[in-house]
Amino acid sequence: MSDVKLSIPVTRTLAQKLWDAHVVRSAEGEPDLLFVDLHLVHEVTSPQAFEGLRLAGRHVRRPDLTVATMDHNVPTRGGVRAADELSRKQMEVLAENCRREGIPLHQIGSRRQGIVHIIGPELGLTQPGMLIVCGDSHTSTHGAFGALAFGIGTSEVELVLATQCLPQKRQGDLAVEVSGELGIGVTAKDIALGLIGRTGTSAGQGHLAEYRGPTIRSLSMEGRMTVCNMSIEWGAKAGMVAPDETTFAYLEGRPNAPRGAAWEAALDYWRSLTSDEGASFDDVISVDAAALEPHVTWGTTPAQVVPVTGRVPSPHSETDERALRYMDLRPGTALADIAIDRVFIGSCTNARLEDLRAAASVIQGRRVHPKVRAMVVPGSTSVKRAAEDEGLDVVFKAAGFEWRNAGCSMCLGMNPDILAPGERCASTSNRNFEGRQGSGGRTHLMSPPMAAAAAITGHLVDVREIM
Amino acid sequence: MEPVKRVSGRMAPLDLADVDTDQIIPKQFLKRIERTGYGPFLFYDWRARGNFVLDRPEYRGASVLVAGANFGCGSSREHAPWALRDFGFKAIIAPSFADIFRNNSLKTGLLAVTLPESQVRHLMDLVAEDPSVEVNVDLVARRVHGDGFDYRFEIDPFAREMLLGGLDDIALVERHDSDITAYEKQRAEWLPTVK
Repeated sequence: MSDVKLSIPVTRTLAQKLWDAHVVRSAEGEPDLLFVDLHLVHEVTSPQAFEGLRLAGRHVRRPDLTVATMDHNVPTRGGVRAADELSRKQMEVLAENCRREGIPLHQIGSRRQGIVHIIGPELGLTQPGMLIVCGDSHTSTHGAFGALAFGIGTSEVELVLATQCLPQKRQGDLAVEVSGELGIGVTAKDIALGLIGRTGTSAGQGHLAEYRGPTIRSLSMEGRMTVCNMSIEWGAKAGMVAPDETTFAYLEGRPNAPRGAAWEAALDYWRSLTSDEGASFDDVISVDAAALEPHVTWGTTPAQVVPVTGRVPSPHSETDERALRYMDLRPGTALADIAIDRVFIGSCTNARLEDLRAAASVIQGRRVHPKVRAMVVPGSTSVKRAAEDEGLDVVFKAAGFEWRNAGCSMCLGMNPDILAPGERCASTSNRNFEGRQGSGGRTHLMSPPMAAAAAITGHLVDVREIM
Repeated sequence: MEPVKRVSGRMAPLDLADVDTDQIIPKQFLKRIERTGYGPFLFYDWRARGNFVLDRPEYRGASVLVAGANFGCGSSREHAPWALRDFGFKAIIAPSFADIFRNNSLKTGLLAVTLPESQVRHLMDLVAEDPSVEVNVDLVARRVHGDGFDYRFEIDPFAREMLLGGLDDIALVERHDSDITAYEKQRAEWLPTVK
């Protein structure tokens, strides 16, 4: 440890501070060995890791720093019985692994089950200053709290289960500076989509990104989670926001948040988690939020995106041409002229209470277009309950939306919620890859109010026109 | 893991950028609980549409995949390198890889080798013209070479040692148990434990 401290520079970025605080061991020519404060586990990327442990006669080092949930393949209606045999098997295997290793599990049907990146914050398990990993690429969501959080593969899941540590090579630092006031109908999702449209799909590779500036400060925790969630879509290893009063207000009183003197001690530390004045970044990307419009993807990567007021662009590459063919779109078509078949409001990007409220406010008193099938999949069972407590379910159902149980659902289509080939979907999720929501399905990514507006009109539409 | 030192064989070209892990192994095949058996489902949707490059007779049995930039972007599923390995690939050469995919590949013993765009283009053109061209990916010498070309590549030195030695990274970390225990003892008391 002492060697590490000597090498710490005077001014550091938030990411460097978080990194340094987790170094167990550092040696020349080797990656740093980092300690993991929280390991989130789900049914799809963990079975082979547990099996590896079992075959080697190893056990989970810190089940008390590990939490599991079922989210990726759970049916959103009909309970576990509605799952296919292989999905059911994966859920059973997770339950058995958790039982054997003493890992707390929020299984399907339980009060706190939900998408792994939604329940962590909800339970107060996600806190500033922590290092959080999960076998899922959207783990960057937790960075919204000023945590260092990133996705890992199954071999790394096994390593963390066994040792609670992860060898990691130091990463570069990027700053995304967002200023200017978001216009009406423009959301955190549009900050993310607008940014990715500019940077492309891989600009962040090998870097930890800090989102900063007045616009980020003015976002709720939900909005910050949406922005951090999509960091991986422009290639960043992690995305984060320095904690502030908004973060502390969100956390205070949550089940696993510190209390009393511990809360005060934690606050003292958390307030130090900002990039120092003069800390240097490898690059700074500036975003003018005031100039942003609601964004919609037209292609098969999140970077193939334009403002909803725009048109399908002319292809600039073979990748673009391929995307146009897959999406069955012609260059020059106004986005507002593209009819849709399905609407999905859900996912770890946009299925928190604030997202459902924003969608419901557009839908209130209106009907889903007769040619559209629309569904809401709350991000967690707690979000579902809270939404029902304030009557949002009534708004959605009265409009003709299906109101489902929590899970990843049609974001990746591992459960029965999938698009049929050729169907076109307005979706609040994070990936529009070919076949992502169902083989042959076509996905347009957008914010919850934009998806709600599309549900009503039956085509892609600027939500500001109907607000 | 078996040590990986050199891969020799024929190449198959996948001349596309941003090939995501949803294409490499679609989600319906992530429901297995084993680490093997994914080969038949590699690029399932693309192969189902017919005339996919990997199914052309001249590229059957290739052991090195040559691909476009940002290969393996998207989901963290390690099933993607498992599927490539099960299909018969032992190395992938591309101008860049998504970070998680590269990590997962190296853990699986699948060599993810980064070469400059122009060199990848040369290999792509070469194999498109003559599918029988042989390539050697030499991790010991950090070279990709064959008849008329010889390219050096960089790779994380630690990952390289792990591959060359076929080392168990869990056992390596376990050797630092006393450091881990010392770290655990000084963690702040307010940090959450899961109940």
